[in-house]
Amino acid sequence: MTWFIDHLDLVWTRTLQHAYLAGLPLVIGLLLALPLGWLARRYRPLFVPLIAGFGLLYTIPSLALFVLMPAIIGTQIISPTNVIVGLTLYTLALLVRTVADGLGAVPESVKQSATAMGYTPVKRFFAVDLPLAVPVISAGLRVAAVSNVSIASVATIIGIPQLGLFFSDGFSRDFYDPLIVGIVGCVVLALVFDGVILLLTRAFTPWVRATGSRA
Amino acid sequence: MIVFDGVTKRYPDGTVAVDELSLEAPTGQITVLVGPSGCGKTTSLRMINRMIEPTSGTITLDGKDTKRMKEAELRRGIGYVIQHAGLFPHRTVLDNVGTVPRLLGMDRRETEKRSMELLERVGLDPAFAKRYPAQLSGGQQQRVGVARALAADPPVMLMDEPFSAVDPVVREQLQDEFLRLQGDLGKTIVFVTHDIDEAIKLGDQVAVLRVGGKLAQIAEPAYLLSHPVDDFIADFVGRDRGYRALSFQQTPRLPLASERTVAMGESVKDIDADWVLVVDDGNRPLGWVEPKRVAGDVTTEVLHRGGTVARASGPLRASLDAALSSPSRRGVIVDDAGALVGTVRAHEVLTAIEETDRPELEDPQRPGAAQAAPRTSGA
Repeated sequence: MTWFIDHLDLVWTRTLQHAYLAGLPLVIGLLLALPLGWLARRYRPLFVPLIAGFGLLYTIPSLALFVLMPAIIGTQIISPTNVIVGLTLYTLALLVRTVADGLGAVPESVKQSATAMGYTPVKRFFAVDLPLAVPVISAGLRVAAVSNVSIASVATIIGIPQLGLFFSDGFSRDFYDPLIVGIVGCVVLALVFDGVILLLTRAFTPWVRATGSRA
Repeated sequence: MIVFDGVTKRYPDGTVAVDELSLEAPTGQITVLVGPSGCGKTTSLRMINRMIEPTSGTITLDGKDTKRMKEAELRRGIGYVIQHAGLFPHRTVLDNVGTVPRLLGMDRRETEKRSMELLERVGLDPAFAKRYPAQLSGGQQQRVGVARALAADPPVMLMDEPFSAVDPVVREQLQDEFLRLQGDLGKTIVFVTHDIDEAIKLGDQVAVLRVGGKLAQIAEPAYLLSHPVDDFIADFVGRDRGYRALSFQQTPRLPLASERTVAMGESVKDIDADWVLVVDDGNRPLGWVEPKRVAGDVTTEVLHRGGTVARASGPLRASLDAALSSPSRRGVIVDDAGALVGTVRAHEVLTAIEETDRPELEDPQRPGAAQAAPRTSGA
């Protein structure tokens, strides 16, 4: 406990670094997953390759991915970009399917009537399909957020500062205080991410609480 | 006016959904497309607003080929109502109704004002405006669906089984209100249903399609019932079509008998009759009582309410039904205000029917519907 109090500044800094490394890929991943999920829904032949392809990304061990990243995108080995890009891929692995599922869950009658009322395809996507897919997408986003917070700590291996450094620090010195601080920090950060997503979802889906339904 | 000219829809696998369909939906009238499932009625409807593109043939709207119009613009000028209403679950009732005006660029305040008016017009409490569709009953959702279709005041409305998913009582209410609304608005409506009774009730003209998307007959409802062109139509319009056709015949002057009446709360023990009619203080019939079975005064509990009441100016079907359903065998006839004018017996209504000509309406043939030439059915 005294270690924690003595190192408050360091803990705070690494928490922010961790939040950045885990959070930015979540945002980028979501923005990329929306068009990809839409493509998978819109063009039948693309569905299986897109969903299966991005799903497979998740099976690549994070350690290997972070280490290989410089060779693939030409970054420095200690660049945080490696982690950002890697975690973005994991986010996509989870979200492309979720977005496709969410868009697929929009009732056909609703889509038909939107089209019949004169929505152009682009307008319909943003005004009808996407808002109705929010509950499903949000569920996937919460999984991805927790997963990102957890995987980001692996960046320790390539020397990128975040909460994971406390684990290696604790292990190497056989001193558990930083280890526990690191774990608690990750859990708290994951809970904060989850809470923010939940609040945003509620703000975007007033009808869900009013009616107690998902769509 | 909407004109189908030799319209065919053939899918890549060779199935023909609509086969050389030619018909006209006149301005300001309700044209009903009816037929068994697989007859292409919904496909035909959706080709009007180009949700489905015809394989060949043309559809014109007031003389303009719909193919030459921009899809979204064409659709914004056509109201569309479907089964289960297809409301947007994520928008309030008010925002649902305002959809098309907003798409057309009308400002928010103006749209909301207009939407509120429309909700009232379709008989929905303004308190529902801020609710979400899932908080409404099926019938209420359907009313919102109609209000939404009317929001931009389109000259044309397409309705695809709009009342099929609600229970029979609500359906009848919605149909009656729809007719009342159409009486005010005079839209050009194409209405799809599988229910011949609905078609007969709502249509100014009814087009019966057969499986494979061929037009079997198009005519005014009364003509269709009395002159089915073939066995398919005869079958489809149903067994009791003779009785149902009476819906379209005005009741002539009937020999009305005056009826002894009592008021609620009066005693009937000195009355020597099998049945006595109970009326309210406006002389409006409430029901029948049997004096020998009533111990004390007339109360609501002893009223027999089985008999229907027909307006003197109403159709023959209602007059006959009033006589048939009355426990006293005397059908109750009222004026337009609902006040009793007299009673009539079934045989008197039947005599009146026999003295009435069968409906020989003007030739309902439309150009291009040659296969539906009328002939008097021997059946």
